[in-house]
Amino acid sequence: MVSTALFFLFAGFAIACAISMVYHKNPLYSAISLVGVFIALSCIYVTLAAPFIAAVQILIYAGAIMVLVVFVIMLLNLDDDTGRNRLGYLYALGGGLGVILLAQTMFIFYAVMRAPNVAADQSMSAGKTLTIGRAMYSEYLLPVEIVGVLLLMAIIGAVILARRLAQPQLELVVEHELEERGLEDE
Amino acid sequence: MEPSLASYLALSGILFTIGCVGVIFKRNAIGMFMCIELMLNAVNLTFVAFSRYYGDVTGQLFVFMVMSVAAAEAAVGLGIIIAFFRNSQSVDVDDASILKN
Repeated sequence: MVSTALFFLFAGFAIACAISMVYHKNPLYSAISLVGVFIALSCIYVTLAAPFIAAVQILIYAGAIMVLVVFVIMLLNLDDDTGRNRLGYLYALGGGLGVILLAQTMFIFYAVMRAPNVAADQSMSAGKTLTIGRAMYSEYLLPVEIVGVLLLMAIIGAVILARRLAQPQLELVVEHELEERGLEDE
Repeated sequence: MEPSLASYLALSGILFTIGCVGVIFKRNAIGMFMCIELMLNAVNLTFVAFSRYYGDVTGQLFVFMVMSVAAAEAAVGLGIIIAFFRNSQSVDVDDASILKN
């Protein structure tokens, strides 16, 4: 009873924040709404007996990724989204496709009625940090190492994307040299 | 009495749909990026729900991988947005049409 009430509370909060994120034109309001979604999802993970994932969700998503996004919004000094200048029927088409996708996700209720009723495993040991750590370093060692290489690639990519090219200074140096040699030739 | 698996999957589907519609409608590049993060989180919820209901740790491990990929994507994607902003002074994706015609 309590768990059902908690689930609907967190689910309602998550959906409300998600709709708020899509609705707002100001990117900062969208970012704050997305942080609300992450917090609601973290609470749902706690009710699903996954404390490690809940903590990591707050640490990484709400704590690192959204801080990065807010920094970028602040540095680029973004204004609100301007009025739309796309064709009108495209909005209706997008909305229609969204409604169809939502109807397809409701198919899950029909599928669950047909499927055999599998009882939930009440051991609750799959969410413990010890279990995840053991699996990470015994059975799933290769994906963890690959993720390490992926993060290295991301670091290199971010550094290359952020550097400023030194071309103008190179041209100045070449010009300076040519000037000197031109003076020498004369 | 806990909510059934279908409730969690339905919530995940609704969040994924909202993120999908957001990616379609938003013109701000950072707004689109945030909607993609919302879709990734909806998938994370699906994995954790299945991990709970089958007692398997694999789902939560995959959530860990998805989060790492999302962090890498955040770094590189925001770098691309900043590099694009330097050239055109706008993050409107409708302006990113240099290759057109």
